[in-house]
Amino acid sequence: MTEVPISWFLTLSAVLFVLGVAGFLFRRNIITVFMSIELMLNAVNLTFITFSYQLKRVNGHLFAFFVMVVAAAEAAVGLAIILTIFKNRGTLNIDDVDSMKN
Amino acid sequence: MLIDTVLFYMFAALVLGGGVLTITRRNAVHSAISLIVSLLGVAGLYLLQQAEFLFAVQIVLYVGGIMVLFLFVIMLVNLDLAAKERQFNKQWLVALAAVAAVAAEIGYFIYRGKDAFHIAEPATMALAPPALGNTEMLADTLFSEYLLPFEIASILLLVAVVGAVVMAKKRI
Amino acid sequence: MSQFYTSTDHFTIIPAVMLALFGCAILLFDFLVFPDPRQRKYLLIFVALAEGFTGYALYRQTEWLTANGQTSLTGFGGSVTVDGFGIFFNWIFVIAAMIVAVVSYKYLEISGEHHGEYYGLILFAQSGMYFLATGTDLITLFIGLELMALTFYVMVGFLRTDKRSNEAAIKYLLLGAFSSGFLVYGFSLMYGMAGSTKLAVVAEAIRQRPLWDPVVFLALATTSVGLLFKISAAPFHMWAPDAYEGAPTTVTAYLAVASKAASIAFLLRIFMGPFWSAKEVWEPILSVVAVLTMTVGNLAAINQTNIKRLLAYSSISHAGYMLLGLVAGNDTGINGIAVYVMVYTFMNLGAFLVVVALRRQNIIGEDLDDIAGLMSRSPGYAVLMLIFLLSLAGIPPTAGFLGKYYIFLSLIQTGHFTLAVIGTLYVAVAIYYYFKIVRSMFIRESTEKAPMATSAGLRLALGVSGVLTLAIGVYPEPFLRLAQTSLLR
Repeated sequence: MTEVPISWFLTLSAVLFVLGVAGFLFRRNIITVFMSIELMLNAVNLTFITFSYQLKRVNGHLFAFFVMVVAAAEAAVGLAIILTIFKNRGTLNIDDVDSMKN
Repeated sequence: MLIDTVLFYMFAALVLGGGVLTITRRNAVHSAISLIVSLLGVAGLYLLQQAEFLFAVQIVLYVGGIMVLFLFVIMLVNLDLAAKERQFNKQWLVALAAVAAVAAEIGYFIYRGKDAFHIAEPATMALAPPALGNTEMLADTLFSEYLLPFEIASILLLVAVVGAVVMAKKRI
Repeated sequence: MSQFYTSTDHFTIIPAVMLALFGCAILLFDFLVFPDPRQRKYLLIFVALAEGFTGYALYRQTEWLTANGQTSLTGFGGSVTVDGFGIFFNWIFVIAAMIVAVVSYKYLEISGEHHGEYYGLILFAQSGMYFLATGTDLITLFIGLELMALTFYVMVGFLRTDKRSNEAAIKYLLLGAFSSGFLVYGFSLMYGMAGSTKLAVVAEAIRQRPLWDPVVFLALATTSVGLLFKISAAPFHMWAPDAYEGAPTTVTAYLAVASKAASIAFLLRIFMGPFWSAKEVWEPILSVVAVLTMTVGNLAAINQTNIKRLLAYSSISHAGYMLLGLVAGNDTGINGIAVYVMVYTFMNLGAFLVVVALRRQNIIGEDLDDIAGLMSRSPGYAVLMLIFLLSLAGIPPTAGFLGKYYIFLSLIQTGHFTLAVIGTLYVAVAIYYYFKIVRSMFIRESTEKAPMATSAGLRLALGVSGVLTLAIGVYPEPFLRLAQTSLLR
């Protein structure tokens, strides 16, 4: 049994989550924005595993497993859409992919 | 044990260092490599918490699958020009405020609530700690309690396959 | 392990199984039997069969519940619960999916992207919605949500060569995945508090905590971000106008109606389940969000010249009205949301169907100019559009009035007079911008002479939506009784 307190893990995952949010909001390259979302999902998974370990139950492991499945599916579709955009526009800059306006 | 604390700091440094580099690097390939480092750190933390199966899945599926897909797409699209442009949003002030709000909120509540998490009492059933990350036990729960989400996930993956083909193939 | 695998288990998911099976059948037949693009409209038969079997299964579930005198049937160890609430919302999905499938083929043929996968995706998205409306386990709800969302990402970007469609898809995907991150972070905190993913256990764990417990609040805040995003409530609505405008109009209709109804069902499951004991905490937050949503939706709609974008902002404001029913929180309010969702389905589908008919060869047909003089060209469409717009504005004797009536009634019953007044004031604003479309149709001169792109399916779907929009308004009793069954307690 590790002696590292649960709050360290939770704080670490919260910081990682905020890093992901920051990357999502700051960056302009669509691929980097997409990678920031992966950071967020990993922070979530870390929270699940931490709680699971604390509670001695495997439900959290399975939730993290499903989150990974979803992340994989999202990455497949998302990267396909990114390829289509690049084919049609030749750029992956968020500010340039903004032709519709009020 | 001291070794656990040292390992925690080591993996935490990998996670945070990789995370910071992911969102700050100019070159998308560097970002992806940093993300891989961060993901490996997370995998180490899984191992520290007896989640051996997820440790393996994290490396095989995330690092070996998803990140390779990312790198592959980065190679397919030409980002040389993008690397020379400004990397951050024009409305960075708004984004900064939003991030600060989220960070302050989460930080505050984790700090205030750090004792609260102990309230959820550990399971009383015979779940010896060494068995926690046991793949057999995971499978037992997955194919009994979570049989339904498992089946839905199969449709989800089918949709992902169909979707990726519809989006990326020239003629369908 | 056998207690997790019983015959009633299957009974609880038969509708979703039907949808998934016919979805796979469509993929196979499209590939093997109908290689000729002109034959692809025969795939509609499969959609009709799927919806028929789904409807029958829903009917059988209702029968079972009444025959056994139970209010709900739980399956898969608590992963899904079939109750009046879930069945009611699923009927809405069945109707929406059927109507959207029937009107799609002409539109997609004109756009040059008529593929069999489209019909399969409609059914797969609907099976995700089934689990959003019936799921009572955090994992089931999450996977169901992602199944629906992922399918919609693909469908929004279905016009692959159209830049606007690509753009809508990537924006929807990035923001959707971002909000899912928040949602699932909230779920992880709920799991941490309860040690279980079952909604009932989580509800019990939250009830035992103090009202302003920081962990509960953090879970509430992060989960709400995800949920409010999905129903496009302000300030998380930014994706909606772009996604609605860029998507193929048939997909926009499906997105605006079915996806929103499913998200509302999901929101009610979470707020009336785990978070019900913290109502004092979220009531003021949701009030502010609802008012903000109505403000943003109604004010931004005024300046729109693109009909799809205008309807997108109007559907944002409708989300605000639905939230008001949850703020009231009594039986009238929850029942009011069910009525509102039902009414909203028909009137909003109808309005988008008219826009679908405006898409012709070489004419995108989404601007206010494109609908000009519709009365002189195709009076039938113009009159139907008038009915839908009156209903969207909430003017009697159309169905829209009924939806708003119950929401306002519940607000007055629970003493939220200010909210009721604000909601009523925004109806006046809404009348103003809906009238812009009406004026364009009836007063302005037609700029083009091309006839409407009509098909038998489109006429049928428009007729059904129009008749129901009027029927619910004129003779509401049977429909109200239907909505009564959806009470969730």
